[in-house]
Amino acid sequence: MSSTITEHAIKIENLTKRFEEVTAVDRLSLEIGWGELFGLLGPNGAGKSTVINILSTLLEPSEGVAAVADHDVVFDADAVREMIGVCPQEPAFYEHLTGRENIELFGDLHDVPRDVLKERVENMLEKIGMVEDADRRAGQYSGGMIRRVSTVMALINDPRVALLDEPTVAMDPVSKRAVWDFIRELKSNGKAIILTTHYMEEAEELCDRVGIIDQGKLIALGTPTELMLQHNAENLEEVFIKLTGKQLREAV
Amino acid sequence: MGLRRVTALTKKNVKMFTRQPAVLFLLLLFPIIVTATFGLAFGGMGEGGVTNFDVGLLNLDTATTDAQWAGNFEGNLTELDGITVLHYEANETGQAELLQGNLDAFIVIPEGFGDSCTSYWNSPFNGSSWTNTTVELYVDSGSMIASSAVPPLVQQIILTTMFGSEATTLDLPVDMGSPSMVEASTFSQWDFMAPGIFAFASIFMIMIVAQSLTMERDGGLLKRLGTTPLKSHEFMLSQVIAYMVIAVIQVLLVFTTSYAIGYRPATDVSGLAFAFAILLAFSLVNVGFGLIAATISKSAEIASGVSFIFIMPQMFLGTFMPLGGGAEIVGQFMPSNYVTNALTTIFLRGAPVSTLSIWIDLALVFAIGMVVLLVGIVLFRRYGTR
Ligand SMILES: Nc1ncnc2c1ncn2[C@@H]1O[C@H](COP(=O)(O)OP(=O)(O)OP(=O)(O)O)[C@@H](O)[C@H]1O
Ligand SMILES: [Mg+2]
Repeated sequence: MSSTITEHAIKIENLTKRFEEVTAVDRLSLEIGWGELFGLLGPNGAGKSTVINILSTLLEPSEGVAAVADHDVVFDADAVREMIGVCPQEPAFYEHLTGRENIELFGDLHDVPRDVLKERVENMLEKIGMVEDADRRAGQYSGGMIRRVSTVMALINDPRVALLDEPTVAMDPVSKRAVWDFIRELKSNGKAIILTTHYMEEAEELCDRVGIIDQGKLIALGTPTELMLQHNAENLEEVFIKLTGKQLREAV
Repeated sequence: MGLRRVTALTKKNVKMFTRQPAVLFLLLLFPIIVTATFGLAFGGMGEGGVTNFDVGLLNLDTATTDAQWAGNFEGNLTELDGITVLHYEANETGQAELLQGNLDAFIVIPEGFGDSCTSYWNSPFNGSSWTNTTVELYVDSGSMIASSAVPPLVQQIILTTMFGSEATTLDLPVDMGSPSMVEASTFSQWDFMAPGIFAFASIFMIMIVAQSLTMERDGGLLKRLGTTPLKSHEFMLSQVIAYMVIAVIQVLLVFTTSYAIGYRPATDVSGLAFAFAILLAFSLVNVGFGLIAATISKSAEIASGVSFIFIMPQMFLGTFMPLGGGAEIVGQFMPSNYVTNALTTIFLRGAPVSTLSIWIDLALVFAIGMVVLLVGIVLFRRYGTR
């Protein structure tokens, strides 16, 4: 498989992204391997989505480089797009299409062979418990239903690199488990996954390694266990508080 | 070129149209309603029906020895198809009826009309010995058809009265054919408007294009599509194809509707095919303007307002509204004007499709369409996607 040819699934070096007033990402360097599930943690405005957007070819870095499977996200964007599956933080979908039609559309855009697509759609709909509602207009879905469909839209092409921006927000525990299962399955197939999240238990249970960023800077990197040991903490939330002196997640 | 991607997105667009009642209304029902209401309101329908003119007549030439001249005039007028003669005793009553729209025209035969005719025949070649009189003709200035069709009719009556019924076959060095506008009397106001209405019916596509694109952008969909292998030319192509499909249906519906209410343009299948072609070319213009409107609109709500910047001038200066003076000059810059022009030439003037001017119109509309579309695509890709 060609996935073994390139050393890193994702390589980010000195990545900086400045908007007019803020530096959203500040000299970030990261390497993520094949078969690795990497969690990106940080408070609101830390720069998580900005990293995802750069890797998804939607934003160009101000400085530094980012590459997916050795393809530069700026100069080789087309090749990157062939390889990734993106679940944006705000689930974008066509409200006048049904859930199934939304998913199939993205399968078509990725040129997934028709018979494979058909089977995969059924399979995934079943896993996330959306079979019954699949033929309703997506505009009528509840928030959690939309997120479930949106995740399937991102993964329908069986991407080699999945970029998931808070995929499980607003999901009930059952759906959350279903999405976790997807993600684990991808991982076991040798795919690389970046996942941003606010849920510490999600990061602890799911991720091989996590990176904590604050104000665009990477302030900690390692396996959840390593980080907890290193900072003498019960959980990742405590790690974060110890590192920055502030709460990771705003009280809801 | 990913044919599958283009097809999938085109299908998506068509589904979006058909599943939104408001969009469907503006794209399909609105053109039908416009055609039907204007057609019924302004059409003296019924195939080839002759328009009837009510003409008031006041004969002041009663105290004369040559009363038969005025009598002849009256007779000739009464004989004419499509003219109903109503007699009046006083100028004021006739004028009043005309003002109230109860008459299409009012004719006053002057005192001395008979003497005047006699003086001509006494010495036809000595103009200085004639006694001159003037037949006064007042037409209903509120009726476009009456004011254009009645004067030549009366002219003809005067000739027939003076020279007899063979007036036109009389061996004169100068021949006067029967005035061509007489034929126009069978037209209804709708016939004059229809070409403009056809052009008008598709203009609102601008708004739908602008709205649906801004909605896709605001919903984050354009960004999401941007993370897939979809190329932006594939996206644009799918948009254009979807709107062309709509345009074809629009034209079919508008033609069918106007046929159903009795409109019979003076053309054949080739003329209809030509009309189809120029209206499709015009849709390119509309899609292009829609893209430009989407580019400069921050949201879908603003997009509908901004679309009117492109809709209004095209509508008022290039479709069924009569133009004059400065408006006519500005109208030269409206693509819709060339559509209306070409359609008028084939539908109303009955020109064959081989007529050069309509092909120039088509070429212009197509060229403008391509330019506007390309500008729209470039602008939207550059500034409109985020
Ligand atoms: N398009 C933009 N223009 C200007 N500033 C931006 C833009 N996108 C992001 N930012 C800024 O960059 C910073 C990082 O934003 P980002 O969305 O990456 O945060 P995040 O870690 O994803 O936060 P959250 O947990 O709330 O999703 C913020 O200060 C944000 O205001
Ligand atoms: Mg975010």
